[in-house]
This record gives sequence, C-alpha cells and structure tokens, in this order.
Amino acid sequence: MLPDTIKKAEKAKEKKSPYGYDIDLEKFIKEEAGEHERINKATEVPKKMRNTLLKVGVDPTEKERAGTFIQVDQTGIYSSQASKTVEIMGLNLALEKYNWLKDYMWKVVAPDTDKYTAHTALRESEGNIGGYFIRSKPNSREIFPLQACMFIGDERVMQTLHNIIIAEENSELHIITGCATGEDVSSALHLGITEFYIKKGAKVTYTMIHNWAEQVEVRPRTGILVGDNATFINNYILTSPVKSIQSYPTAYCTGENSRVVFQSILGGRKESILDMGSRVILDGKGSSAEIVSRAVSKDKSEIYSRGHLAGRVPEVKGHLECHGLVLSDDSMIYAVPELVGSATDLEMSHEAAVGKIAEEEILYLTSRGLTEEEAASMIVRGFLSMDIKGLPPELAEETKRMLDMSLKGM
Amino acid sequence: MLLEITDLAVEVEGKEVLEDIDLYIDKGETHVLLGPNGSGKSTLFMTILGFPKYKVKKGEIIFKGKDITELPTTERVRMGIGVSFQNPPPIRGVKLIDLLKIENGQTVEEELNPEIMETAKKLKFDERFLERDVNMGFSGGEVKRSEILQLLAQKPDFIMFDEPDSGVDIENVELLAEEINTLLEKDKKPGQRQRAGLLITHLGYILNFVRADIAHVLLDGKIACTGNPKEILDDIRTEGFNGCVRCCQTQ
Repeated sequence: MLPDTIKKAEKAKEKKSPYGYDIDLEKFIKEEAGEHERINKATEVPKKMRNTLLKVGVDPTEKERAGTFIQVDQTGIYSSQASKTVEIMGLNLALEKYNWLKDYMWKVVAPDTDKYTAHTALRESEGNIGGYFIRSKPNSREIFPLQACMFIGDERVMQTLHNIIIAEENSELHIITGCATGEDVSSALHLGITEFYIKKGAKVTYTMIHNWAEQVEVRPRTGILVGDNATFINNYILTSPVKSIQSYPTAYCTGENSRVVFQSILGGRKESILDMGSRVILDGKGSSAEIVSRAVSKDKSEIYSRGHLAGRVPEVKGHLECHGLVLSDDSMIYAVPELVGSATDLEMSHEAAVGKIAEEEILYLTSRGLTEEEAASMIVRGFLSMDIKGLPPELAEETKRMLDMSLKGM
Repeated sequence: MLLEITDLAVEVEGKEVLEDIDLYIDKGETHVLLGPNGSGKSTLFMTILGFPKYKVKKGEIIFKGKDITELPTTERVRMGIGVSFQNPPPIRGVKLIDLLKIENGQTVEEELNPEIMETAKKLKFDERFLERDVNMGFSGGEVKRSEILQLLAQKPDFIMFDEPDSGVDIENVELLAEEINTLLEKDKKPGQRQRAGLLITHLGYILNFVRADIAHVLLDGKIACTGNPKEILDDIRTEGFNGCVRCCQTQ
C-alpha cells in the first residue's frame, strides 16, 4: 500500500462521519483473515447459510452465474469463475496477481473520508485484506451476473472489505451482491469500501440486497468513476430490520455523455435507522443522472432519504425522485433532495413526496374483498415494487423475483 | 329477498343525506336508480357497500337474510356484494392481473384462470394490459371495462354499477352492456336467475342495452318515485328532472 494512503488513514482514525451516528469501533472484534475454512463448491456452504444467501440473491448452485465470491467475516472462503470475459477473485489474490492494481486502490474513495475508511485502510496495511476484485475484459459482454456475498457469521465481528470493480472499455458487466448475517448473530459491524472504474463505453449494473440482523451497524463507502459514454446502474434493496445503515455512494460522471441511475427500495422496520443517499457529480459534457427512491417506514424506524445532484458543466441533465410512505406514528421519513447547479444551460429537477397510504386506495381494495390489512400491505408492496430499469431481460425477471421475495416481509 | 333496505337514514360528515329509504331487491331483478346530481345516489351506493364515512343513523340493511348494517365492507363483499366504480383510484404497483386473481379466489402466485383471460379478451384487453397497474393511466373506457372484468372474476350475487356508461363511446357501451347482461344472467329466464343488480345512471343510456325491471328516482335524499323504468325515463327525457319532480310531488 502507498505510504501516503497509510499516512492519510492514520490522521483520519478518529474522524467522524457527517452522516449517521458515530460508532465506537472498540466494541467489535477484529477477527483475522483465514479463520474460516475455504470451500471447493458454493453448494458446500452450511445449510443455514445457504438459505440466507438465497434471500440476498446469491445462488449457491451458481446456475446462470458468471462467477461467485463469498466472504465470511474476514475470510474469502470461495471464488469461482464460469465466464471467460470476466474475472472475480479475492482482492488479496488480485493484488498479488496484478501489480498495476494498486493504482486503483483508494482513488474514488479517499482513505481519510472518515474513521471507517481509515480503519479499513489501516487494517489492509496490516495485510488483512477483505473484499473482491472484478474486472471485465475490453469489448466483452457477459449477460449472466456475477454474484458476491459478504456474510457475517460470528457475533460482534468487525467486517472490513475493499472491492474494486473495473469495467474495461466497451464491456458490459452485471453484478448481484448480497450482504447478510448468520441467524445466530445479533450484533456486528460491516465496513465496506467499493470503488468502481467504468471505462469508456462500458456498462455496469450493480444490484445489492441487504439482509442484516437487528443489531448490525453498516457503514459502506462507495465511489464510482464513470467514463465517456459509460453507464452505471445501481439498485439497492433493503426491507429487513437492522440497527443502522449509513451510506452515501458518490458517482463521478467525468466522461462525456456518461450516465448514472440510482434506484433504491427502502423498507424501515422495527427500530432501524436507514440513512441512505445517492450523489452524482455531473462533470462530463452531456452526462446525465437519475436518482429514484421509494421508502416505507414502519414501527419505530427512521429513514433519511438523501439525494444530491451537482451539475458542474453545461448540457447536463439530472432528475431526483423520492417518494415515502409513513405507516406508523412512531416512525419517520426525512427526504432531503439537493440540487446544485454551477453552470449555465443545465437541467436538473426533483420531486419528493412523503405521506400516508391514500384511504381511497384501501377502500377500493376492500370493496374487492381484501381486508384493510391485506389492502394496506398490497399497496405498500406495490409502492415499493418499482420497475427496476436498465437490466437485461433475464436479470430483470430474476431481480423482480428477488424484490418480490424481499417485499413479502413488509 | 336478496337485499332489503328498510327506513334507512344516512349521515355523511354530520350532514343528513338520505332518509326514509326503503328498497327491496329480489334475485333475478335489475333495478335502476335515477336522480339529479347531488340527490344521494352515490351515498346509497357507498352505504350498501359499507364505506366508513357513511353513517347509518336509522334503519337496517339485510342481505341474504343477514343484517349487514354494521358489517365492514370486506365481509359484505365476501358475502356476495360486488361493485363497479365510476372513478376508481389508480394504485401504483398493484397490477390488474393480481386483483383479478384475488377476486377469482386465486392466489397471486397462480396463473390467471384461463376463463378470466378469455373474458378479458372479449373486453378487448390483452395479456400486457392486465400487467398494468390498476387504473394507472387507463382511459375512461378502459376503467369501465376493467371494473366489469373484475366483477366477472368475482361473480357476486348482488352487483351495483355506478354510472357504467359515463364517458364511454357507443361501441363500447354495447360491449359493456353485453357483459353486464352476462353478470346479471339475462340469458336465463327470470325465475332461474340467482343474481340481482342495481344500476346507477344519470342519463340512462345503458338502459337501451340492459333491461331493468324497476326504476327509482332519488330526490333530495328520498326515493320520490318508483315505477316502470321506460315510463320514468321517457318522462325525465322529455321534461327533465324538474318535470319528474313535479310528477313525483303530485303522486
């Protein structure tokens, strides 16, 4: 690792994040890498874990998958690759294999962003490297998705990881990634750095499903660099209870005509605190962005739905849409749409609406024989089940199934 | 008697809208409810359906021999009451096809009953249309046809239609009427029919295609006149509701 990265990280060890409450990192156990045994086939994962994987879209049979990566706590226990045009492996192995890879480390997420990035970087510098490396070859197109799962199996574990995803010029790549905890884990901390490099003409879709336990703290840090005529589509689904998640991925549309879409589906349950944002910096001529989120708050949950679009050059376009349904008096949704225009001739807009379920809609469904509860849950599921755009047809169908499954609990 | 309404008085948001309503509908019968805007037609419709805003202050509603006056809408519908709305709300993410399955007693995971699919085609809906969110961006005619299609999936014993022909072009009125006739078993002899219907119509155009047995004229929250649908309609057409009012007052 570059000495400069370590130096920056050292300085930021205590730096609090401007979003989300501060987490005491001392409360968690820094397990060493290699404490879990590697497996030879994804189907060899313990049965209990298998069901959890399926819930987050990771299929242990690897049917119609271009490759798989599974990390348990701090150990990459499995990686396999069925495609000839994409690579997937643990980042530790990739760093040994490719000398040039270090140039991609900590470039779109700064190590001194906050204490979480700093701790991840410092742990890396001690040789404890979690996370995966994915790269698609130039001019290639893989229609089957790669799948990656970050699993927390032990109580009070601090999981850190660093993912690097590189889509070479004119390639197309789809990723399904699921994060989950074991059934017997109640509290843990997940820190995940993900850096995307989407080169000229490339397209990446990234669909993430989270399924954490009720006492798990989650602080992912994500940066995306989008080149000329490149596209990045991010889909995020969370409908299960968690202690808190705070995430604010930032996409840098530096390329001409680059395009970014963030679509988020947030179901707040129990005492979950979800602080979820999406930010796009439109720096390339003709670049565009769309941020769409649907949030439903139940029980005592708090949802902060943030969106930030910054137009810095002429001829860029952006739209931000944030809709929320508040289902209980003890829950809340705070929609924060922000637009910053700092060039002439740009077009940016937002719409935000937070409210309750329309009574008229409930009545309509009761007049078809549904009870009020059935009607409300059908409306909520309908509200959250937005059409996820930008996926190839097979993957769209599968994503829809995964979404339907996630929404069953709402 | 399928539906018996006796001495009914209804309040909406503290305001009395209906009083002294007596209405008896037996199986095999089709009644039509006429009346100017604001006379209380929709209130009666919503009260029979049991929407919470409509408070019964007096009287009772008996359906299939059971007092349903205090029963929630869901249970009334499950007992066999069905409705088509004039302006149903669009619901994002709730697909017409899923509603049809539920109305047909299926689960949403099942394939739609092929019979319903056939009926949908008769009503000029293809598979893609059924995948749409219910009432979202539907045209006036599509709304009406979708409401009738849902009733055909539900097969209720007592069906209320609120302005089934408003905003629908002639060609589609005939198509709708045909399916309303199916719903009301008009193909069977009156004595063999098990179902009954109540049509609410402002203009009565649909009655050219759906034969009604009895008409009621609602004026200022009261049933002012009951009689032969054709005679009453002719009266209203030539003299307007004012003429009808005068006639009712002299009766």
